[in-house]
Amino acid sequence: MVLAGLVALVLLAFFAAPPDDEQGDAVRLIFIHVPSAILTYVAFFTTAAGSAMWLWKRSSWWDITAHAAAEIGVMFCALTLFTGSIWGRPTWNTYWDWGDVRLVTTLILFLLMVGYLVVRSSGGDDPAVSTRAAIVGLLAAINIPIVNRSVEWWFDRTLHQKASLTDGKLEDLTLFTLVFGLVVGLLFFVWAMIHRFRVGWLEHQARAEDLDEALEARRSEAAAAGSSASGGEA
Amino acid sequence: MLADIAAVAGKDLRIEWRSRVTASQVIPFAALVLVLFGFALDANRPVLERATPGLFWMTVLFVTNLAVQRSTSIETSDGARRALLLAGIEPVAVFVGKALAVAVELLAVEIVLVGGVLVFYGAEIDDWGLLVLTCVVATMAVAAAGTLLGALVAGIRARETVLPILLLPVLAPVLISATRAFDDALGSVAVQGWAWLGLLAGFGVLNSGLGALAYGVLLEET
Repeated sequence: MVLAGLVALVLLAFFAAPPDDEQGDAVRLIFIHVPSAILTYVAFFTTAAGSAMWLWKRSSWWDITAHAAAEIGVMFCALTLFTGSIWGRPTWNTYWDWGDVRLVTTLILFLLMVGYLVVRSSGGDDPAVSTRAAIVGLLAAINIPIVNRSVEWWFDRTLHQKASLTDGKLEDLTLFTLVFGLVVGLLFFVWAMIHRFRVGWLEHQARAEDLDEALEARRSEAAAAGSSASGGEA
Repeated sequence: MLADIAAVAGKDLRIEWRSRVTASQVIPFAALVLVLFGFALDANRPVLERATPGLFWMTVLFVTNLAVQRSTSIETSDGARRALLLAGIEPVAVFVGKALAVAVELLAVEIVLVGGVLVFYGAEIDDWGLLVLTCVVATMAVAAAGTLLGALVAGIRARETVLPILLLPVLAPVLISATRAFDDALGSVAVQGWAWLGLLAGFGVLNSGLGALAYGVLLEET
C-alpha cells in the first residue's frame, strides 16, 4: 500500500500538479520537502517522548521506539536539508543561507541527532547507553525549539516563506498533492517504525539471551568448582 | 549546598593549579590556534579583523573540549565518581562546582585570547563592557553544557571522540550569539550586541537548568 502510495505521489507531483507561476517546475520539490520536514519533527518528537518515558519508567519498549524514531528522523532530516538546498538554488539563488534561522537550527538539530546515534552505537552496558541517549535526545528536543523560536522573536531573520498549508493560496491539485504527500509520508514513517522497532526488539532480546547464557555458564562453573572443592575436602 | 559547591570547585581548581595543565598546555594551545588561523587566512588584515569574533569563539570551543575532557578524567580515574556519590554530595552541587571550575579555566584562557586578538589581529575594542559581559555569560553557558556532556561521555570508552560530536552542536547557538555580540563590541558590524547578549543569557540559563536536572541521573546510572 505504501509503495502504491509512493508511486501515486510521484505521478501526481511530477506530472499532474500544475507548475507554479514564478518558480516553474522547481516548486514540485515542495511535495517532498514539506512532508519530509513535518515527518522530521514527528520522528524527533517521538524520540523525545520515548526518551522521557525511558527516564521515567525505564520501559524498554519506549527506549527502542526512541532509537527507531531517531534513525528514521535523521534520514528525513537529511532529506529535508537536501531537497531544501536543491530548491534554494533556482529560487533563492543559493544552496545555503547562513542567515536563515530555520536552516541553521535544522542543521543543528540534524547534527545533534547524529550525536544521539553515535551515543547509541557506543556500546557497553545496555541501561546506561539508553540513559545517556535519552539525555541527548531530550537535550535536542528542548534546545532546538527554544533556539528556533527565540532567534525568530529576537531578530526576524529568515528567507523562508510562511507556512503554505495555512495561508490558502495553494491551488486545488497542488494542495491535494501536498496533503497526499504528507499522508503517504506518514504511512511510510509508520511502516519504517514498525520494522525498525522489530529489529531493535530482536537485538534487545539477543543481548538478553547472551547475558542469560553467560550467567548460566558462570553458575555451572561455580557449581562445578564448589562440588569439586567439597569433593576434594571430603 | 554552597559549601559542597565550593568544595568541588575548589578541588578541581586545586588539581589544576598543582598540575599546571591549564597554564602550561591549554593556554599555549589556545594561542597556537589563534596564530594558525592567522596563517590560514594568509595574514590578510581586513579578513582577520572581520573574522576575529568567530575565530575567538571557535578557539574557545576547542579549548572547552580539552578543559571538559580534563575535568571528566579527574573523576573517572580511581573511581572518583562513586566516591563523590558516597560522600553524600548532592549531584547538583557536583555539577555546579565542576562547571564553575571549568568556567574559571576558560575565563583565564579568554583573557589571554583577548590579548592575542589585540596583538595579532589588530582588533580595536569599542565596548569593553559588552565584551567582558559576553565572555562571562557565554563562558557560563559553555561550561554548563560542557560539564553535563562530560559526565554523559564519562562511561564511554571512545569518549575523546564522542565528546566533540555532542558538544559542538549543543554549543552552536552559544557560538552564534557570542560571535554576534563580539561583532558589536569590536565595532566591526552594526548589530544589536546587547540583544544577542540577552539571548546568550537565555542559553546559559537553559543549559545550566538542563545540566542540573540531568547530572544526577548520569552520575548514578552511567
